[in-house]
Amino acid sequence: MEIFLQQIINGLVQGSVYALVALGYTMVYGILGLINFAHGEVVMMGAMISLSVLTALIGIGLSPFLALPLSLTLAMAGCMALGYGIERIAYRPLRHAPRLAPLITAIGVSIVLQNLAMMIWGRDYHSFPQLFSNHTHQIFGAIISDIQLIIVIAALCIMAGLMLLIHRTRLGRAMRAIAENQHAAQLMGVDVNRVISITFMIGSALAAVAGLMVSANYGLAHYYMGFLLGLKAFTAAVLGGIGNLRGAMLGGLLLGLIESLGAGYIGDITGGFMGSQYQDVFAFLVLIAVLVFRPSGLLGERLAERA
Amino acid sequence: MAKLPKYILLLVVVLLPFAIDALLGRGWVRIVDFAMLYIMLALGLNIVVGYAGLLDLGYIAFFAVGAYCYALTGSPHLALAFPQLFPDGLHLSFLVVLPMAALLAGGMGVILGAPTLRLRGDYLAIVTLGFGEIIRIFMNNLNAPVNLTNGPQGISRIDPINIAGMSLNATQKIFGIALPSVHLYFYLFLTFAALVVFVSHRLERSRIGRAWMAIREDEVAASAMGINTRNLKLLAFAMGAAFGGVSGTLFAGFQGFVSPESFSLMESIMVLCMVVLGGMGHIYGVILGGLLLALMPEMLRHSVVPMQQALFGRIIIDPESLRMLLFGTALIAVMLYRPAGLWPSPVRRRELLTDEME
Repeated sequence: MEIFLQQIINGLVQGSVYALVALGYTMVYGILGLINFAHGEVVMMGAMISLSVLTALIGIGLSPFLALPLSLTLAMAGCMALGYGIERIAYRPLRHAPRLAPLITAIGVSIVLQNLAMMIWGRDYHSFPQLFSNHTHQIFGAIISDIQLIIVIAALCIMAGLMLLIHRTRLGRAMRAIAENQHAAQLMGVDVNRVISITFMIGSALAAVAGLMVSANYGLAHYYMGFLLGLKAFTAAVLGGIGNLRGAMLGGLLLGLIESLGAGYIGDITGGFMGSQYQDVFAFLVLIAVLVFRPSGLLGERLAERA
Repeated sequence: MAKLPKYILLLVVVLLPFAIDALLGRGWVRIVDFAMLYIMLALGLNIVVGYAGLLDLGYIAFFAVGAYCYALTGSPHLALAFPQLFPDGLHLSFLVVLPMAALLAGGMGVILGAPTLRLRGDYLAIVTLGFGEIIRIFMNNLNAPVNLTNGPQGISRIDPINIAGMSLNATQKIFGIALPSVHLYFYLFLTFAALVVFVSHRLERSRIGRAWMAIREDEVAASAMGINTRNLKLLAFAMGAAFGGVSGTLFAGFQGFVSPESFSLMESIMVLCMVVLGGMGHIYGVILGGLLLALMPEMLRHSVVPMQQALFGRIIIDPESLRMLLFGTALIAVMLYRPAGLWPSPVRRRELLTDEME
């Protein structure tokens, strides 16, 4: 029972990170109908930037309570610039090109980002600095650490904020209008290009937060982390129904749970034939299963909610 | 190309390994051998991406299936996994494994394609991306409890390719001319590459090929014209995968060693780059792309490394990441400025031009 609860907690922590990244995929997809392949690499850049700034600031003796927000802000700013640049260079000129074209430029962007990161930060793993004593709490025998608690709470707050932004502000209304019908929105006076740029920037800012969370949770970051994370977050977005914000959140949490429970119990199920090293296979199986049985995802039908 | 008399072209190609050997050294013949493998792979992917317009990002997985197929059945390795069944491994002939690998890879292509082909192309891209990674996870981990793939260490001591009782791993005398191993492999790969080119060429002009291109241009219109889009897309996928499997088998025999490392995502992307840069859907363009990109790492190693050492006294950017950086930039630049590739097919160029005018 304790193991079960522990896996649930781990799954929720991992799932909230997936949800944040999945939001980035789903927002862009909702508006442009395009899978932003490079999103995973933006998460990686966010993690690397925040980590190196954090290490540098701690190194000059700044208090962690000041260094953490500062590094996060810088990473968010960097990622927003990156997101804006990616959209401007790789996607905007190809908005009316055949479907294959933006996919290929997106892959190009991913490769460039990955190798730039490798040149800047090297091939090694970078470890997350010990900021404050990481207390752990016991819940019915399962353990959750301060950092994990912060991750879940922060992710929930951000998601709530995003929902408010989409449903209560002028910008959110413009985004929903573009998702509904780009030309009609333009005729109604929505500056489509600007809103699309902002969407990319919001998604990238979320990616930066997620990047910091992942590296804090695992205590590690490296140049190759974006690929698998991006793939899983995309799976989460598809699971929830791509283009649907609530779907992305639900899908992220669910995928986190599936992965963590799957990895925890696969050994028992297969009689020891497969172990937790197959954890990464689950996301893929979920993706295939969703595409076969319910391609619109769990919440995919409620199109009115698309952002 | 068509203007040159065929026998002159043939003569040039036949003499090529000797010329390279004499001018650049034997190492370069080996590099050209690898380039031929890549060209075969790129031509296989060209069927999927270029003709049918389906983006496959895990193509190297089919290459891996073929390679492991031969690695398992053509080496002493199976003795480790099933000592009772195969006391000294299963040493199947290369010619037996080849069709097996093609079938297996093609079948996997169908299984993978079936759930996604009803959906939009982007999903296929993601699923194939994931599949490539999953295959690698399995290759890395299937060494316990039954040692099937030997994990990250890979499988070594694979039998060299043996044709008509003649091992290609030793120097052979044919008509009194001594042919070193790399030359023999060159001719073998050349034969296969020519075969792939021939099949691609015939496919392109066939009813199937025209149907693929119709699907690529407009799927709805194609299905309205009575084309069974799902089956044809599956066929493209299976065919591309089968070519990948065949090249994988050749690779395993040539290398004598396979490990999961050879089948990373970057390899898939490199093959994709060959197709996209060369010219999607154009056989000669793809060959050019394959040749360029397969030889580029070597050229970079011979130019960038000494240049950096001369300029800065040390290596600042290693050629490997420089290569990938160039690939990434090239992918973006080609899509933006030359969407039909460096050497596009005349038809494709016309299509893309009219697209712009609309």
